[in-house]
Amino acid sequence: MKIRATQAIMECLLEQGVDTVFGYPGGTILNIYDELYRYQDRIHHVLTAHEQGAAHAADGYARSTGKVGVCFATSGPGATNLTTGIATAHLDSSPVVFITCNVGENLLGKDAFQEVDSTGIAMPITKATFLVRDAATIPDVMRQAFAVAATGRPGPVLIDFLKNVTAPSQMIDYDFVPWRENRRLESLRSLNASHQLKNPEPNRQDIEKLLEMIGQAKKPFLICGGGVVRGRAHREFGEFAEKLDAPVAITVMGGGGFPGGHSLTTGMIGMHGSRASNVACDECDLLIAVGCRFSDRVALDPATFASQAKIVQIDIDRAEIDKNVLTDHHIIGSARKVLALLNEKMPQYHHDVWKQYILPMRAPSVAAESEVLTPQQILDVIQRQAPKDTMVATDVGQNQMWAIKYLHFNYPGQLLTSGGFGTMGFGLGAAIGAQMGNPDKRVIHITGDGCFRMNCHELCTVEHYHLPIISVVFNNGTLGMVRQWQNLIYDKRFSATTLDRGPDFVKLAEAYGLKGYRVRTRVEMEAALDKALADGCGAVIDCVLDIDEMVRPMVAAGSPITDFLLKEGTT
Amino acid sequence: MKQTISVLVENRAGVLGRITSLFSRRAFNIDSLAVGVTDDPAISRITIIVDNGNSVVEQVEKQLNKLVEVIKVRTLDESSMIGRELMILKVSANAKTRNNIMTICDICGAKVADISPTSMTMELSDTPDRVNTFEEMMRPFNILEVARTGMIALQKGGGKI
Repeated sequence: MKIRATQAIMECLLEQGVDTVFGYPGGTILNIYDELYRYQDRIHHVLTAHEQGAAHAADGYARSTGKVGVCFATSGPGATNLTTGIATAHLDSSPVVFITCNVGENLLGKDAFQEVDSTGIAMPITKATFLVRDAATIPDVMRQAFAVAATGRPGPVLIDFLKNVTAPSQMIDYDFVPWRENRRLESLRSLNASHQLKNPEPNRQDIEKLLEMIGQAKKPFLICGGGVVRGRAHREFGEFAEKLDAPVAITVMGGGGFPGGHSLTTGMIGMHGSRASNVACDECDLLIAVGCRFSDRVALDPATFASQAKIVQIDIDRAEIDKNVLTDHHIIGSARKVLALLNEKMPQYHHDVWKQYILPMRAPSVAAESEVLTPQQILDVIQRQAPKDTMVATDVGQNQMWAIKYLHFNYPGQLLTSGGFGTMGFGLGAAIGAQMGNPDKRVIHITGDGCFRMNCHELCTVEHYHLPIISVVFNNGTLGMVRQWQNLIYDKRFSATTLDRGPDFVKLAEAYGLKGYRVRTRVEMEAALDKALADGCGAVIDCVLDIDEMVRPMVAAGSPITDFLLKEGTT
Repeated sequence: MKQTISVLVENRAGVLGRITSLFSRRAFNIDSLAVGVTDDPAISRITIIVDNGNSVVEQVEKQLNKLVEVIKVRTLDESSMIGRELMILKVSANAKTRNNIMTICDICGAKVADISPTSMTMELSDTPDRVNTFEEMMRPFNILEVARTGMIALQKGGGKI
């Protein structure tokens, strides 16, 4: 069947089950947007205020639904505005297909208006890039892009179409192929030669060896990493943890992979890890990390990391094995498959002595009363008053660490956070994507005053699409995490971190047509959140905090994991 | 330690950049790199020589394997590969020195590619070590210019990568 090239792009999106895309139009991508106009009843386009917001929204959509996110942008500045969003998705292994257009073939390389080497720029921050110069290849490229983004270790892919390729006069052959049958196509089979499209089958001997190691362990310790979340392996992981009967630490990316309120949970590990997690890591005799790449925020000092333990890494990506920490054993495979195989053969263990040593180190989880509002109180109120399945999108810094530390996440996608790239401004975009993909759930955006300023223009998107997102601003009038380092390491020289400036976030919310609240005490917070939840429309709650609130505990970068610079506790 | 990595890739624009960027982002230097198309015009072979620790090379090898454009990667063991490099070398030469130069060319198996009243240009294809030896032997005659291709390599025996 002959159809327009742009029509083929839309048909391929439908083939993949795409019904929502995020983006921002412009000169070179006009032909695609023109086609989108004809498809608007089947493909819902969400217009953001800025391409970065669109990129984060597509990413948040992907993380929260488990589907592939899609984001459109034009050439030049449109494409470069995406880059922070692409890198964010890349570092956190989130499957997003970014579609940009470039100038026509006749102008390529001539520094034409809004021309930039988009595929070149995106190269180190994507799984793959495609530059489409021939319209006939569109169906192949689209199918390959989706396959690459979604399989193995997921990640972003960029397709850059030259404008002439999308011209209305370009007619190409297209036949509908349901995505499940995509993989049988010649074009995808050829991709398979170079690229693992099938999830690797875990090696049985590797499984047996780990079972043996578990049998010998007296003090086992588990780490739930982002791979458990991306692989939607939370059930298998839960069963494994309970059978192993060992303390479980949850990394920033692992939030939602194992219930935050579970009796075995020791909370975060690493730089802001709990004492229970970090001591368990230091003293365990077997450490099993699932879908965790031992980043420098977890394995702060690789040389002393879990030095008494045999370290076992379970990961879908072979390139992660022994990258940051040398392991004693590893299993390649998806968390789900590997854990299911382990669960089948594993007996119930009991490690009461070890548990009774580690678990009491956990800090009390109820916020202390005080006259002034504290971060833990805000999060206590959210935990108590918001529906249990509320999705939480965080920004980066103190607000992020507090949210992950004090809130409980129970399913993959419930926590959306930029763990790897640490992108300030990620939260609101991600919240928009999550709300679009999960209209029946509540979405709360946790942010700081610094982060919020970076992308608060997306409040117009919240208002326009009537999204009931509540932004809770941890407003301490400073770039809190940087100030914390300045407080502890830089002798209180607060260089360029004090944010004694506008806007008034309550008035800002109102200017965008949303509700604004300012709270200074726990009681005010309870009332504001109650009202915001009941209203069912977008709102901003500006929480006034002390400028020197800190995230506790803290281990300095590069230090042994139990060398706490700052101890747990509230003062 | 020098290591030879042989990579089969799809023969299209941007692939070489993607591969070399994996090395550059880890801030390590490529000693030599040779690219050429294989018997299948859709596939190129890249031979990369790096001088780095084992673990770094292993890491890059794993990363290379993840690239969509990469078909196969193999680190070649020096004892089980045929590695050759082509050098073209120009030295000053006159009636007095020409014979001495010719003797060394004979010993090393180099061919004279060009000659002029004041110079001689030789070509030699051999292992990088022997190419180095030849270059050393030519040094006393005043080397004017050298061009080397970087080594290309295949493994010995009937196997293919």
